[in-house]
This record gives sequence, structure tokens and C-alpha cells, in this order.
Amino acid sequence: MRHIIAVLLENEAGALSRVAGLFSARGYNIESLTVAPTEDPTLSRMTLVTIGNDEVIEQIKKQLNKLIDTVKLVELTEGEHIEREMMMVKVRAERQDREELKRLVDIFRAKIIDVSEISYVIELTGHSGKLDAFLNALPKGLIIEVVRSGPTAIARGPKGLTL
Amino acid sequence: MLSGAEIVVQALVDEGVEFIFGYPGGAVLHIYDALFRQGSLRHILVRHEQGAAHAADGYARATGKCGVCLVTSGPGATNTVTGIATAYMDSIPLVVITGQVPTPVIGSDAFQEVDTVGITRPCVKHNFLVKDVRDLALTIRKAFHIATTGRPGPVVIDIPKDVTDPNVKVPYIYPREIRMRSYNPVEKGHPGQIKRAVELMLQARRPIFYTGGGVILGNGSEQLRALVKETGFPITSTLMGLGAYPMSDPQFLGMLGMHGTYEANMAMHECDLLIAVGARFDDRVTGKLEHFCPHAQIIHIDVDPSSIAKNVRVDVPIVGQVASVLSDILRVYREQRAHLQPPSLADWWAKIQDWRALECLRYPDSETIIKPQFAVETLYKVTQGDLYLTSDVGQHQMFAAQFYRFDQPRRWINSGGLGTMGYGLPAAMGVQLAYPDAQVACISGEASILMCIQELATCKQYDLPIKIILLNNGYMGMVRQWQELFYESRYSHSYVDALPDFVKLAESFGHIGMRVERPAELEEAMRSAFAMRDRLVFMDIVVDPAENVYPMIAAGKGQHEMQLSPHHADRELA
Ligand SMILES: Cc1cc2nc3c(=O)[nH]c(=O)nc-3n(C[C@H](O)[C@H](O)[C@H](O)COP(=O)(O)OP(=O)(O)OC[C@H]3O[C@@H](n4cnc5c(N)ncnc54)[C@H](O)[C@@H]3O)c2cc1C
Ligand SMILES: Cc1ncc(C[n+]2csc(CCOP(=O)(O)OP(=O)(O)O)c2C)c(N)n1
Ligand SMILES: [Mg+2]
Repeated sequence: MRHIIAVLLENEAGALSRVAGLFSARGYNIESLTVAPTEDPTLSRMTLVTIGNDEVIEQIKKQLNKLIDTVKLVELTEGEHIEREMMMVKVRAERQDREELKRLVDIFRAKIIDVSEISYVIELTGHSGKLDAFLNALPKGLIIEVVRSGPTAIARGPKGLTL
Repeated sequence: MLSGAEIVVQALVDEGVEFIFGYPGGAVLHIYDALFRQGSLRHILVRHEQGAAHAADGYARATGKCGVCLVTSGPGATNTVTGIATAYMDSIPLVVITGQVPTPVIGSDAFQEVDTVGITRPCVKHNFLVKDVRDLALTIRKAFHIATTGRPGPVVIDIPKDVTDPNVKVPYIYPREIRMRSYNPVEKGHPGQIKRAVELMLQARRPIFYTGGGVILGNGSEQLRALVKETGFPITSTLMGLGAYPMSDPQFLGMLGMHGTYEANMAMHECDLLIAVGARFDDRVTGKLEHFCPHAQIIHIDVDPSSIAKNVRVDVPIVGQVASVLSDILRVYREQRAHLQPPSLADWWAKIQDWRALECLRYPDSETIIKPQFAVETLYKVTQGDLYLTSDVGQHQMFAAQFYRFDQPRRWINSGGLGTMGYGLPAAMGVQLAYPDAQVACISGEASILMCIQELATCKQYDLPIKIILLNNGYMGMVRQWQELFYESRYSHSYVDALPDFVKLAESFGHIGMRVERPAELEEAMRSAFAMRDRLVFMDIVVDPAENVYPMIAAGKGQHEMQLSPHHADRELA
């Protein structure tokens, strides 16, 4: 099962390497990990996507909580939540492909954010599954480069992951 | 106004530190200079930084206080890593201060630079790199706080040389109280869970306590004794918990696990209620998991939530400090028991007595050769339990655990989790410094002792009258035993050829050496060794080279599939 865990960490040097080290030392899967400071500059928020059975996930949460830099942790996949990932795709966009690409951009509500003689950069935000679908829908052989942020997520409703 | 170096020293004084175990070098010279100019901290100069970490660790285990080390950058820091990992695996509170190259050159492969924080990260509870002298005092306070609270463990503070610059002075305030929003270990157990635990205890027909190092770490020995006596339940302990409950008490079934007693492991296997207290279900204890306590409901008390349900499913988890949880359980148990009659344990005890009757630890005595078991029994006879015993790793360690009877906590000091050969001698130094008037011995093997032998010089310098009880079987006995049992006696590189003359070796360091070869001479020799209260005596005791540790649960076997010594072949298993 795929789980999304959100963690508030002290914004200290080394906090991220403690998390990464924990996953490699204990052999846990890490699908993706994103981290950035929050509105409170002393705190970072990390979103972690991992795969494992219930016992493994339970241990992952306990081990993350045990890190001295961890302030708070919540598993978002336990409740209603919204998940978003951002992607930028650089594609070859020769004259004959431009119409098709623009149509796909419309259908997926993406945006073209850079144009050159022979290329576009397309930006798309959404659930990771939607990003996968977009990549699949692109005509074969046009992709030059893909960059994805990894998912971030937030719980629905008024309750927040704050201090 | 103090310099960084002075802050380090003053903060240690303010923490109430008595001893620093250390070894100087370039990156810590400012700190060593500040040490030279003060009078309240005692610096113990070891002969290898591994020894510093083990000595601080031995001090911590014997006293319950935090051990402290000070070493230089690069090789000084890497030499401590084995000692730090040893402390980490057994949850021992240490603060290790390492020097680092100056901040402007960090990352440039400067002379004696290593990424100490990176190297130690997987084997510390936490670590810090202090980049600003104004953060130093608070960081040191945090380090001691983290090392000693919750589940204890080692904390490394890496201090670049420029941070201790004697010419940069800042105001010094040492915070007494500290609050960290990200670190708040649990103290008290959940009342609802405690009630559930007591309900199970009052219904159990075949209950058993399984206790571990956490009872000693959390000073819960008194509360444990009261609860075990009140309930009348049998109790067994891990290697790390020995002494928390008196081993000579009839309710104590001996150690459990791979080299535990038959009665302890069988009682675990047959129990209907397991009360685990400060123990972490290590694989040396559980044997094959699918055979572990198949009929039991499990209560698990531990201060670290990640210890609970890590290897084995738990019915009643209780997160909290042992002492607090056990006294809450005792109070509720007494209240509840006033209203009902718990089932009789007579059948259960009868079963246990049957298992006991097998006398699983019995060994064939000899007139001609000293059996290692006999050597430990003689040690007990001579010291009567009035001893701090540190150990190295191997058969001698297991024989000590099986045959010495520890009736008090913090008396049995050994490396269980990491199993570090070389631990015993430096650990004994830490113990002897803490308790200068106590009898301290280190039991060792001829292979283990050589791993930190240089510390004999430290013992000389500080007049530490440790007794080294070397069970010399000429083999890496524990390795040889596995090769005999599982590799058809192919003794691949487990024979220790070219051993030194240990008597001369001890003498060359300024100590007393003794060699004992005959069983009849052993007791007298030991008595005379212990009578030399102010000298280190190195007893080279030649023991049976072929003896094995039994009983044993072989790898992959269940806890009920114990192998007894061949000597028991005539006896039926109950
Ligand atoms: C050669 C060799 C053979 C061995 N054979 C055996 C054997 O036969 N039997 C055996 O038992 N071991 C054996 N060991 C040791 C084994 O490897 C483990 O070290 C040991 O079993 C772990 O003991 P423990 O469960 O008590 O845990 P410890 O490592 O002592 O852990 C303590 C537990 O208590 C918790 N705790 C700490 N402080 C508190 C507190 N204040 N309140 C509540 N909880 C707390 C911790 O979170 C942790 O879960 C052997 C080791 C060696 C080297
Ligand atoms: C540093 C280290 N290296 C290797 C081992 C593996 N090992 C465990 S016991 C042992 C043999 C110990 O021999 P000795 O000290 O003579 O003790 P004996 O078993 O003979 O009593 C070895 C090599 C270890 N535990 N620690
Ligand atoms: Mg040996």
C-alpha cells in the first residue's frame, strides 16, 4: 500500500539526511520525498511517499517520530486529503506536432510556459496519477526532459498540521 | 565572558561531570588548554580513543550517570565509533565531544578532517555540529538532556577548532531547565492500558515476567522486585537485565534466550501471559519468531514506542518509564486483587520445577583441567557477589552470565547488542574510577583482551586495581563452538596462535601477572589476587579448550528446541 506521511521538522542542517539515512539504514522504501521551509522559518515540512504493509508503516512512523528533529507527524492517507504534484516537461515541438501538443495541454489543463523554435516547456499540476496519464498521452518520442516535484499533500477540512 | 574552550569546560562542570575520558590532538588543543587551567574535572588519559568511549560507557552503566569523552578530529573521532555504536545498541548515555577542523575549511579535505556527524549519524541518538560559539552552551545542555532522558543513548558534539578560539569571548549562561518542542519523552504510562494489563495479570494461569536492560537503565529494580513478590509470578531476564531482580531468588528462572536456561525458555514457550519490561525482543531471545510464546497474550512496557511491536505483536502496549509504570501497576494490582481471587499458580510452578529438575547448566567437573564454568563459580565463591564484573565477548561472557549470580543492578557490565570484543578492560576502568573502593573484575578471553590491551597503561597511570579474569582456552571459543556444531569442526582461523606470555605482559605494564593451570589451585590464587586491593592482577587461567556453552538454541530454532550439553544425553527432556 502507498502511504503519504507529512512531517514537521526543525529546520536544522542535517535534518533531511537523518530522514534519508533512516530509510536506507532500515531498508524502508522511499518513493519520493519533498521538503521546504514553512511560513515559520524554523520549521520545514516534509512529504514522504512510501510503500509497505501496516507493520512496516507503523515502524516508519515511530522511527520518524523518534528523530530528535521531528516536531510533529501525520499520515495523510489515513484520512481525506488532497495530493498535488508539479511537473515540467520539455518536449520537441516541431511545426507538425504543435497542434496535437496544444490539444493535450488543454485537455489536461496544463500550461505552456516556454517556447522555442523547436520546443515547449509544459507545466502541469495535479494528482501524481494525472501526471502519469499526461506523460502516457504525449506522442512517442517527443519528450526531451521531465522534472517532477514529488507529491505534496494536505488534509481536507479545518484541522492543520501545525504546532 | 568565556571562550568556546572555557565554555566546554565550564558547561561540563555545571553538568556535574566528574570524569572526562579523552585523548588530545590538534583540533581540541584549545579545550585541552582550558582543561589544564581548571581544577574540578578529572581527565583520564586513555591509550586509544575506543578505550575512551568504552570507559565512559562502563562508568555510565555502573553509576547511571552520563559518560563523557573528548577526542580530536579525524582519526580521534573515527577511533571512537566502535565505542559509540556499542553504547548506542545498549542504550547507554554518553556525550562524546569531538574536535573538528575550523569552520572555514570544513569540506575541503583539510588535515584530519572527516565528516564526524555523517559517520556517527546511524549510531547515535543525536549529534550536533556547532558552528557558532554562541550556540555552544545550549548545545551542550541539549546533548546531556537528550543522552540521559527517554531511551538513553550516545550524543556526539562536533566542535570546529575556531569555535573554541581562546581569543573570542562571549557571555556564558548555562540553562538549568530545557524544553525542546521536538523532543518530549513519555514518563507515565496510560492509565487505561495499565488497568487492562492488571486485568490480564489477575486472570493469568501461566504468567511470566520477561525483563531487560530497560529496568536497569530506568532504575526500576525496586519497583520490579515489589511487583514480582506481590504477584508470585516467575521471572526471567535478558543478558542486559541481569541483576535487576536478584538471581539467587527462587522466583528467578535464570537468563532466557540462546544460552539461557531450559526452564526460562520453556516457561516462555508455555506461558499464557508475557509481561515484557524494558526488553526489546532481540533475536537472541526470541529464537525463531513463529515459535515465540505461541499461547501468550503480551504486555509490553517500554519508554521507546518504536521498541513496541517491532518484532512481535503486542496486546497491551504501555509507553512510559519502567519505574513509574511498574509502581502504577502495583498500586492498581493491589486495589483490584482486594476484590477477587486470582487463579492458583501451583500447577504452573510445578511444571517449572520439572523443567528445573533437569539442571540444564550442570557440567562434568574435572580434577585435571579447569572448566570455565568452574572458574566462574570460583569467582562467585571468592567474591560472594560483592563485585562489579565487566566482560568481553565470547564464551566467557556467557559462562559469566550463567554462573555468576548478580543480585543487584549495575553490577554486570557487558556489550550485548553490538557484542564488542575489547569492551571489558576499558569499561572496568570507568567502573573502578567511579567506585575506587569497590572490587572490580573484567572477565575476558585471550582473543578479546588483546583488542584493547593498551589500556593496561591507563590502569597503571591511575592505579586502578582491576582484576582481569582471563579464561584462556587458546581459541576464539565462541567461534570455534559454532564451527564445531555447524561447520563439521573445520576450525577456520579461530585458533589464536602465538599468544603472548600474559604474566610477563602484565608485568611489563607494571602490574602483577599470575598463571593458573590446575583446578585445585584456582580458589587460593583468586583469593590472593583479590586480597591485593591496590594492585591490578592479571589472572591467566588456562581452561578446557574444548568446552562449549550449553544449553543453546541454534539459529533458526524455536525457543522450545533447546539443545542440552551432550552430558545430558542420559536425561529425558521433560
Ligand atoms: C555472544 C552473545 C550471546 C548472547 N546471548 C544472549 C542470550 O542468550 N540471551 C539474551 O538475553 N541475550 C543474549 N545476548 C544479548 C543480545 O544480543 C541483546 O543485547 C539482548 O538480548 C538485549 O537485551 P534487552 O532486550 O534487555 O534490551 P536492551 O538493549 O537492554 O534494551 C532495553 C530496552 O528497554 C527500553 N528502555 C530503556 N530505558 C527504559 C526506561 N527507563 N523505561 C522503560 N523502558 C526502557 C529500551 O527502549 C529498549 O527497548 C547475547 C549477546 C552476545 C554478544
Ligand atoms: C570486534 C569483534 N570482532 C569479532 C567478533 C566475533 N567474535 C565473537 S566471540 C569471538 C571470539 C572471542 O574469543 P575469546 O575472547 O578468546 O573468548 P572465548 O569465546 O574463547 O571465551 C569472536 C571473534 C566480535 N564479537 N567482536
Ligand atoms: Mg578464547
